[in-house]
Amino acid sequence: MSYLEYNAKFTPTGLNKIFYLNWPLMLLLIAVAGVGFLMLYSVAGGSFSPWVEPQMKRFAMGMFVMLFVAMIPIWFWRNMAVLAYLMSLALLLAVEFVGTVGMGAQRWIDLGFMRLQPSELTKITLVMLLAAYYDWLPAQKTSKPLWVLAPVLFILIPTFMVLRQPDLGTSILLLAAGGGVMFLAGVHWAYFAAVIGAGVGLIVAVFESRGTEWQLLKDYQYRRIDTFLDPSTDPLGAGYHITQSKIALGSGGWSGRGFMQGTQSRLNFLPEKHTDFIFTTLAEEFGFIGGVSLLSLYTLIIVFCVTTALATRDRFSSLVTWGIAITFFLFFAVNMSMVMGLAPVVGVPLPMVSYGGSAMLVLLAAFGLVQSAHIHRPR
Amino acid sequence: MKRNPKEQEASHGKLTRRSLVLGGLQLAFVGGLAARMRYLQVDQADQFRLLAEENRINIRLIPPTRGDIFDRNGIILAQNTPSYRVTIVREDAGDVDAVVTALNRLIPLDGEDLERAMAEMRRSPPFLPITLADRIGWDDISRVAVNAPALPGITPEVGLTRVYPQGPDFAHVVGYVGPVSDYDLSKIEDPEPVLRIPRFQIGKVGFEAKREELLRGKAGAKRVEVNATGRVMRELDRREGQSGADMQLTVDADLQGYVQARLGNESAAAVVIDCDSGDIRASVSSPSFDPNLFVRGISVADYRALTQDEYRPLADKTVQGTYPPGSTFKMITALAALEEGLVGTEDTVYCPGHLEVSGRRFHCWKRAGHGHVDLENSLKQSCDVYYYDLALKVGMDKISAMAKRFGLGVRHDLPMSAVARGNAPDRQWKSDVHGQDWLVGDTVNASIGQGYMLASPLQLAVMSARLATGRAVTPRLIKSIDGVEQPDGAGESLGINENNLRVLRRAMYAVSNDRRGTAYGSRIIADGYRMAGKTGTSQVRNITAAERAAGVIRNEDLPWERRDHALFVCFAPYENPKYAVSVVVEHGGGGSKAAAPIARDVMLEALYSGTPPLASYPKKDRNRIQAQQERLQRERPARGSYGNDRA
Repeated sequence: MSYLEYNAKFTPTGLNKIFYLNWPLMLLLIAVAGVGFLMLYSVAGGSFSPWVEPQMKRFAMGMFVMLFVAMIPIWFWRNMAVLAYLMSLALLLAVEFVGTVGMGAQRWIDLGFMRLQPSELTKITLVMLLAAYYDWLPAQKTSKPLWVLAPVLFILIPTFMVLRQPDLGTSILLLAAGGGVMFLAGVHWAYFAAVIGAGVGLIVAVFESRGTEWQLLKDYQYRRIDTFLDPSTDPLGAGYHITQSKIALGSGGWSGRGFMQGTQSRLNFLPEKHTDFIFTTLAEEFGFIGGVSLLSLYTLIIVFCVTTALATRDRFSSLVTWGIAITFFLFFAVNMSMVMGLAPVVGVPLPMVSYGGSAMLVLLAAFGLVQSAHIHRPR
Repeated sequence: MKRNPKEQEASHGKLTRRSLVLGGLQLAFVGGLAARMRYLQVDQADQFRLLAEENRINIRLIPPTRGDIFDRNGIILAQNTPSYRVTIVREDAGDVDAVVTALNRLIPLDGEDLERAMAEMRRSPPFLPITLADRIGWDDISRVAVNAPALPGITPEVGLTRVYPQGPDFAHVVGYVGPVSDYDLSKIEDPEPVLRIPRFQIGKVGFEAKREELLRGKAGAKRVEVNATGRVMRELDRREGQSGADMQLTVDADLQGYVQARLGNESAAAVVIDCDSGDIRASVSSPSFDPNLFVRGISVADYRALTQDEYRPLADKTVQGTYPPGSTFKMITALAALEEGLVGTEDTVYCPGHLEVSGRRFHCWKRAGHGHVDLENSLKQSCDVYYYDLALKVGMDKISAMAKRFGLGVRHDLPMSAVARGNAPDRQWKSDVHGQDWLVGDTVNASIGQGYMLASPLQLAVMSARLATGRAVTPRLIKSIDGVEQPDGAGESLGINENNLRVLRRAMYAVSNDRRGTAYGSRIIADGYRMAGKTGTSQVRNITAAERAAGVIRNEDLPWERRDHALFVCFAPYENPKYAVSVVVEHGGGGSKAAAPIARDVMLEALYSGTPPLASYPKKDRNRIQAQQERLQRERPARGSYGNDRA
């Protein structure tokens, strides 16, 4: 496959590409990262260390990576999809053996200068592979069972590997993002109906089996579900995170308690306040207005990604952009649901805001793909 | 491979449609998130704001300052003095062992305390100060303060400790405080939160315990902001508490100190009551102990020594000890008979040395008998047979009723520990308590204050004051609370015929002023300060017929715990009674020899508000008294010297 297939009458070259970037998307990303710096500054008690400074450096590096990826034509990335996917599977496998345990889970490979989280990388490479697959697959074969089975396997293999770490949050993300790409590629809706039906059936079975001999989950897992459904039963133990997080959110009120005035975060009542629960600090200090503003920024990022996806006639570009949009959406949707007590605490960071290296770097690289698709779209 | 443009268009169309579906779902989800946010942050905001405040704000109690206790002249009996202690904060200290070793070189630390502190440190969060040494001297604390830069985490602190400067003199009346125990808490219904402060000091015994709530005051509170681990970040506001009330007692510290010294090492008790107001001027139980020991936490050895002493230093014999009043009860028997009109003051009874009652022989203390005696002579010489005769005529119920009018067998309401009721038995009492009928012999025994009769030194003093005034003088211990004078105990008239009282007072006057009176040796010769009294000697054993035949064994020849109790009650000046005094010397022998001299000395000390002139004593005693006065002056410790030494 080559550049010629794209029917591109005009494509910018060299540094000119800068002018053809999706600038609104760029600005939105910078704005969200700015919110992140502000919040990290606040939870550190008004200090650039220990979080803001490294986060800024990573963001700068991430922006560089993004531009780098953006400059390279999208078809190159399409050709790299299979390789990238296999490489991330290899890394996932490597994590099993040389991974560093952190927070009770095996997730990292320490590369010396940074900690690599292969599961983060997999989120993108899976989307790339699926997009490339449906770009290659003739449309009429899309819903044939055998051709449906192949992408299902592409999704399930890394999902199970991540689940073994164990990282429930990432597994769900992989599953949902992969499913989303398949849905957009035009796989018959009956497959999805079947899967959803089976899922609902499984949930019912899990609950119905409780206390019987063929109980599907372990007792502690049931207790975790209980705590999620009613955190007030154990406010100092398992439900502590959710309860404190809801208190922080709720006490923010309409306009918040003011920058650096959030008692819940300042006095350490909030758990993981600089990572997964950073949204609670934002909501406590800037209130409903602050929370909705961030939600709007995120929504706009999705909107601009979708615009790019629909503007291009290239199938790989559309699907990969959409896939990244879905991944990004799942990040913030799951994280926010979690801190608002709508979903279990599964360990998904707030994208571009939570403190953390891999996630931000990988996301910015992914947006590099979106930019590349935008720059190199057939015109 | 060139793509089919038509096919490409079709699949792109499908993508667009599916994009709409997926985008719609996402938008709906975002809407859901926003709605949830609105619910939490707008609809439920107030509730969560409250929860956040509850999270961060802790209420801390500020312990109130305990009220001081003074004597009637403003001399301090109990107060709070600054005490110094050294605390350590683990997280500031870094290497705790090194710091403690360095501190130990500066000031010697108690090994036991240190071990306890280390154990406490391991249990508590690192930012909590732990006391390493308590109640240390000014020299030591300044040494620590000077070297503070070399002792990270170590802070010299000032606290308040209860101190009893009068030491043993007021151990029984004022009592002492100690750290609140679980047992204390279990006795209090719905205890105040301040009592839950570890090692909070509350009154354990005596006045400190009986007026605990007034002395304690009300705790203040401060609101502090804490973080999730409970560390205090800052103080938000505070409400000052109310200090405990300052209490002025009716006692006179100088007199009390004198009496304590005068009782010396005897197991004895003495009470001085003001006849006009009922004020307790002195209430002394001997031997005593230093209450400051208990505030610090008494050592096991010291405590065992106190509990195993057969003289019972921990007991307050003035109100807790009850003794057969012996002959000091005779005034009551006589009054009961006089008030009933059954005898005249001139009527005589023949005393052959014993009285035969329903086949049993009751002896007079004088084997040879007193011959014909009238009321005054019988009291003066303490003839027993005369009172056997009166009692048989008037009956026990009348005598018991009269005793109660004079405060015997009645619990006086005083803020002191375990105030005893004593016993003024009547027929009903015996059938209630012993399930037996009252016997004539019981009446005979009771008539001279033996048998079932029991009275505390306080009750005997009250009795004397009531005899002296004819009023229901009520003992009073609290003179004023926070400067507010408390009602006195002068009391209303008892409604006793004044002539009868006068006869008895005259008889009591004769006891200590007539050459043949039992207390003649302990008279006061200063004019206008003459004393009226009555001796008492109460048996603590039965004298068998065989012993009587062989001659009653003399007290000096008996083991201490089988000797008679010596008692004396008195009031003075005879013409215008000012004070009533009672003295009980446990197993002291005869009242005239063991108790009356003490009572006389105490009375004079009270009347003169200090050392009396030798001229108030009989001539032949003056040399001995002078020597005694000098000895007591020498032996009395300097006032207010207790409780300030380093533990």
